[in-house]
Amino acid sequence: MGGNSNIIRLRGLLAAALLGAVLAGAGGHSRAAEGTLHPGPQSWSFAGVFGQFDRAALQRGFQVYAEACSACHSMQYVYYRNLGEPGGPGFGEAETRAIAAGFEVTDGPDETGAMFTRPALPRDHFASPFANEQEARSANGGALPPDLSVIAKARGIERGFPRWFIDLFTGYQEQGVDYVYALLNGYEEAPEGVTLQADMNYNRYFPGNQIAMAPPLSEGIVEYHDGTEATVPQMARDVATFLMWAAEPTLEERKRAGFQVILFLAVFATLLYLTKKKIWARIGH
Amino acid sequence: MADAITSEPTRRDFLFVATSALAVVSVGAVAWPLIDQMNPDASVQALASIQVDVSAIEEGQAITVKWRGRPVFLRRRTAEEIEAARAVPLEELPDGEARNENLPAGAPATDENRAAPGDESWLVLVGVCTHLGCVPKGQSIGDQRGDYGGWFCPCHGSHYDTAGRVRKGPAPRNLDVPPFEFLDDATVRIG
Amino acid sequence: MSGPSTYVPKTGFERWLDQRLPVIRLMSDSFTDFPAPRNLNYWWTFGGILTFFLVTQIVTGIVLAMHYTANTELAFSSTEHIMRDVNYGWLLRYAHAVGASMFFLAVYIHMFRGLYYGSYKAPREVLWILGVIIYILMMATAFMGYVLPWGQMSFWAATVITNLFSAIPLVGPSITEWLWGAFSVDNPTLNRFYSLHYLLPFMIFGVVMLHIWALHVPGNNNPTGLDVKDKQDTIPFHPYYTVKDSFALVVFLILFAWFVFYNPNILGHPDNYVPANPLSTPAHIVPEWYLLPFYAILRAIPSKLGGVLVMFASLAVLLLLPWLDTSRVRSAAFRPLYRQFFWIFVLDCVILGYLGALPPEGLALTVARFATAYYFIHFLIILPLLGLIETPKPLPESITKSVLARSGDGGARPAGAAAGDAST
Repeated sequence: MGGNSNIIRLRGLLAAALLGAVLAGAGGHSRAAEGTLHPGPQSWSFAGVFGQFDRAALQRGFQVYAEACSACHSMQYVYYRNLGEPGGPGFGEAETRAIAAGFEVTDGPDETGAMFTRPALPRDHFASPFANEQEARSANGGALPPDLSVIAKARGIERGFPRWFIDLFTGYQEQGVDYVYALLNGYEEAPEGVTLQADMNYNRYFPGNQIAMAPPLSEGIVEYHDGTEATVPQMARDVATFLMWAAEPTLEERKRAGFQVILFLAVFATLLYLTKKKIWARIGH
Repeated sequence: MADAITSEPTRRDFLFVATSALAVVSVGAVAWPLIDQMNPDASVQALASIQVDVSAIEEGQAITVKWRGRPVFLRRRTAEEIEAARAVPLEELPDGEARNENLPAGAPATDENRAAPGDESWLVLVGVCTHLGCVPKGQSIGDQRGDYGGWFCPCHGSHYDTAGRVRKGPAPRNLDVPPFEFLDDATVRIG
Repeated sequence: MSGPSTYVPKTGFERWLDQRLPVIRLMSDSFTDFPAPRNLNYWWTFGGILTFFLVTQIVTGIVLAMHYTANTELAFSSTEHIMRDVNYGWLLRYAHAVGASMFFLAVYIHMFRGLYYGSYKAPREVLWILGVIIYILMMATAFMGYVLPWGQMSFWAATVITNLFSAIPLVGPSITEWLWGAFSVDNPTLNRFYSLHYLLPFMIFGVVMLHIWALHVPGNNNPTGLDVKDKQDTIPFHPYYTVKDSFALVVFLILFAWFVFYNPNILGHPDNYVPANPLSTPAHIVPEWYLLPFYAILRAIPSKLGGVLVMFASLAVLLLLPWLDTSRVRSAAFRPLYRQFFWIFVLDCVILGYLGALPPEGLALTVARFATAYYFIHFLIILPLLGLIETPKPLPESITKSVLARSGDGGARPAGAAAGDAST
């Protein structure tokens, strides 16, 4: 489209002004309402165009979930068999079966009409710690520990303009895990002038700063099978990685396919462009 | 236009061929997921496996359980029923194959190859007629059991004997034996 | 331009079919031999792109419907089942969700192209109106589709938008209850939205057929806005525009693939991965990005009924556009004053979209009010006035002359092997 130079300059000025005015909000930690911090970006092995999960981190992360989180948090959309499938923690078939058998699930009814519990099989969903929402709330002082199956996609970070526009094209999709990681590391003493409500805990990253969940991680609460030292940041990183996989088990397949598809389309587009030029040459365009 | 008549492929032809080839590839690449999504998904394929308590079943009794959406006949045969099955020469059977998923394909349809290993009184059979899929009669007391004392399919008149093998009628194959295993005397796992 | 058919059946079968149901003739006349202006630029490729995306959405939608369950207890988990268990389910779901955004991106470019080049002006008024109808159907379809996963945003967006109908005087609350099938957004609502979401795309398809028919009667507009005068102004649609449309489509598909494979959730909202909870409202309820400008307009008006009326008016004013613009020159290429106002209008729409995502308070609300007012001022005051006071640039004599003038030296008649200087 044509445009005279004045309007182009005006548009450019407007755009620059808009950009400049809000760039201050970009990058790193930033403050939101009431002193809640926005988590900054971490570096994750699964981020980026060629991202892949760190298998060892996934296995450690599962261990953190199983030992520190599963007493309160369900993961009802994940199956035990997923633990052995490609693209995930990669426990072998026998080990997956053994892990599953360590959990009890409800089944039935039997011939008398009663429900019963039995060891889990790979085909079962992860066992839930509570039978229903009411039981969960009653065991947690009225608060409901959310299901963690898709938590890594269910949390985001307000990054302001122009960050969100840039994010469209950098493939940044780790807002959820950045938040989870920050949250797990974000517990501290309430600062001066802040009164904690009953049974609440102060967290720098939770919206409103007061969270019902007590700090779930502490140094050494889990003894890693692979001998890694279980510091809070280490466990937070491992469980966040695990939660990302739980939310997006097909992440590796998706990125691999994406590379092939976009490469194919780029080649195809080039051939089509050359074909177009060849055909249009017939009429001297 | 004179170009098109020369015998050597022109660069234009190669370009058109290459572009068309990629177009065909892309159609195929798009079509495959659309077709494959209708195949059984992972949750269906994580094969359902059931455990059945058979401690209450005595000789001459049978129960039916549901496995992967279909009926499975569990029958504890009497000594006469086992005798009758063993007395049949293999050549008389319309279908001479065991149809037993626990055995290699092509095993002969002897009574031993049909019954549970270790306890030949037990028969575990998929209760679906191999003709057109009706559920044969013979599980309940008072059911017709056909001319061979096993099962009878009322839909088109197939007769199965005391080892679940087809003897008469339009059914082409013996009743299938599913994968199963006795975990102990009282429990059998199917699938 | 619709003229006499140029199709000649070549085989016996073609002759036989042509006498009974001339579909091949129709396809040939519409998409093969159809004379299109020779100077169409890439902004004209978006019609083809839109047709492709309509088909994509329908196909992915149909296969998703094989696995989705529209019941409040099962909707969210059936969506997760698609993502985790169904073969390529993740790909189909992401393609459908991202495809909706791509569909709207393409339709906005397509509409702004129409605004810039005067494609809505006589004799293409009905074409434009059909297009606005398609756009409205698209918005309804997308809105209902977003409800189906039954996340927090699904539920609360449905609640907010259906509650708008209660603003209608006297009958509003009854109509709203009738829409809901219950006393709030609930299972009956979800089920009927599923049914209608499946239905509407086929209605869109029908209106698209009318849209293409209405296009083919006068023929395409072109960047100069001049009418086609003789044969040398046009070229057959195939192979020239089939190949150009294909190229543009594949480039657009690269953008599509980027989002599907490398950032499928960025255009959505994380709250929609939280199962719907009627007892807890999310901090900020926002629709998908393509509905944000209308959301901004809705919330700019302090009264509930007023907001609804002004929002619908913003669509109605589009229907009146062919009669609001008084200029006798079509294309902004020759309307220097209009061109500036066009870009300001684009900026106004972008600002409205940005504000639609912000809470309607303080400075954001004030700007939204100005931007809403400006939207109507553009259509109701500026456009009618401009046609009367603007001095357009001198128009070229014909499409062909303008093409020749562009390629530098005159005289190169379009003839097969003689064309030597292909430079565009």
